[in-house]
Amino acid sequence: MSSWLDRIMPGMIRSDAQQRSTVPEGLWKKCPKCSGFLYRPELDRNLNVCPKCDHHIRIAARRRLEIFLDKDEDSREIAAELEPVDRLKFKDTRRYKERLSQAQKSTGEKDALVAMAGSVQGVPVVAVAFEFKFLGGSMGAVVGEKFVRAVNLCLEQGVPLVCFSASGGARMQEAIVSLMQMAKTSAALQRMRENGIPFISVLTDPVFGGVSASLGMLGDLNIAEPYALVGFAGPRVIEQTVREKLPEGFQRSEFLLEHGAIDMIVDRHDMRERIAHILAKLQHRAEPALDEDSGIEDVPDDVPEEPTA
Amino acid sequence: MNPQYLDFEQPIAELEDKIEELRQVGNDTDINITEEINKLRNKSTSLTENIFANLQAWDISRLARHPQRPYTLDYVREVFTDFDELHGDRTYADDPAIVSGIARLNGQSVMIIGHQKGREIRDKVHRNFGMPRPEGYRKAARMMRMAERFQIPVITLIDTPGAYPGIGAEERGQSEAIANNLALMSRLKTPIISTVIGEGGSGGALAIGVCDRLCMLQYSTYAVISPEGCASILWKNSEYAAEAAAAMGVTAERLKSLGVADRVIPEPLGGAHRDQETMAVSLQDVLAEELAALQEIPLEDLLQQRYERLTRYDASK
Repeated sequence: MSSWLDRIMPGMIRSDAQQRSTVPEGLWKKCPKCSGFLYRPELDRNLNVCPKCDHHIRIAARRRLEIFLDKDEDSREIAAELEPVDRLKFKDTRRYKERLSQAQKSTGEKDALVAMAGSVQGVPVVAVAFEFKFLGGSMGAVVGEKFVRAVNLCLEQGVPLVCFSASGGARMQEAIVSLMQMAKTSAALQRMRENGIPFISVLTDPVFGGVSASLGMLGDLNIAEPYALVGFAGPRVIEQTVREKLPEGFQRSEFLLEHGAIDMIVDRHDMRERIAHILAKLQHRAEPALDEDSGIEDVPDDVPEEPTA
Repeated sequence: MNPQYLDFEQPIAELEDKIEELRQVGNDTDINITEEINKLRNKSTSLTENIFANLQAWDISRLARHPQRPYTLDYVREVFTDFDELHGDRTYADDPAIVSGIARLNGQSVMIIGHQKGREIRDKVHRNFGMPRPEGYRKAARMMRMAERFQIPVITLIDTPGAYPGIGAEERGQSEAIANNLALMSRLKTPIISTVIGEGGSGGALAIGVCDRLCMLQYSTYAVISPEGCASILWKNSEYAAEAAAAMGVTAERLKSLGVADRVIPEPLGGAHRDQETMAVSLQDVLAEELAALQEIPLEDLLQQRYERLTRYDASK
């Protein structure tokens, strides 16, 4: 690191070197892929996509839905009242209850899924997004229940469902109950299929285990953001099992496309338009109008000079 | 130490060895030692009762993987008749980690699908230690659709450490194969009874475990992750497996109290491996009883009940 940097923000950068992906509360963020320094307001305006290398950096669930859904529409949150309950009184090195309240405090969410009813380019839709920062976006009883309530609304109103997943899998602290959420969400999606209502699964970095092996792979269309890491078993577990080095690009979106697991890779900037057009075709609607409402608020253009290394 | 026995079974193993020795002596000589043998037998029984009265979650986890525990094909032989094994997913391969086929249960046609572990080393490798690849799950899906077509009930036997975490498995869509089975089974138009006979390892178990009735053998386990896996993630050390097993509540009794398992099938004293025949008879009786009950229910109601069972949400607030 240059001495210039050290002078203006010493602590921040040094801790960043260890944590790699986050610069807490700073105005600058380091891209986890190209290590470029990114000015936060600019990054935010660019939908958390690195302006230098195009890496799709993880994005908060609520922000995800905000940039996906039409802005003029009054989007309505679904099942916002659901709160996790520690039925098993689970305790490892820390109490599950403590982990929950810390996650709630740091994310502002009650659990790892946010669900909204709204529209995308005028096409009515229910959209749900996983909050990866909430215990790794893990699926427990609340995530499963919220997902099913979102499906129920879709079934009631004949409205398609779009899910942005970002999850390490089932939530171990809810033990068997979390495993059962795989069956629960899959059962609900099967009813969507029976009723001919589209479900689009958007896989964003990362999706593994119980979420990948249930709702994640059950889309009528499975779409991934570029370079997202998606699989059943994590790379470390596979490496330990097969005792060989994993091939370059293993379990990335491009790998999934090549192996037939997903329909397409879509850039975050094009997500609204692509999905709106797909849904309109599947539901025999007129082609959506030009996207004038991107749901993204304006951020002033005065980006300061970036620090150079 | 006898490797065919677990550590807490060793005192039983020693007594059993002694009894066997005495029997040999008795056969060779005219001395009557029947009384002595009977005494030892009684002692062995009460010792086993004592040990098995105080099993912890981790002990049961290891019993569920006991090297002598009966596997799916053992039960197929003892519980069912007229079994035709059916192979292959029609797309890529036949996965020996899942066996499937049509058979009869008390004369009635059933489709059997079960994980299969191997007993000897070569067989273990051939069965991939009971860890299915995507083609195993796709074979299972094919059997389920066939069962639906011919209105044959499905009986699944669960016994796996989990779905195989390998490169090829990922390339061929392990996640999709599992997910597809969950969706398929949730609405399959024929009764499904699942029984955990050994290890219920996470999504790899659930992928043939979505059902109308879930039974568990007394010393079987069912969990979202292995105790070792849970320990190495949450405790950062797999040596906390016993703590993880207790915290997750992996046992049949616990799962019944949580409303996940419907029925616990008692095992013979010392576990299923100590008396396979008795175990098979109990399993056969339970399966027949459960199947008769499910076949009383009109199909539409059955599917509705299954859906409600799968999607219920019973948080306390």
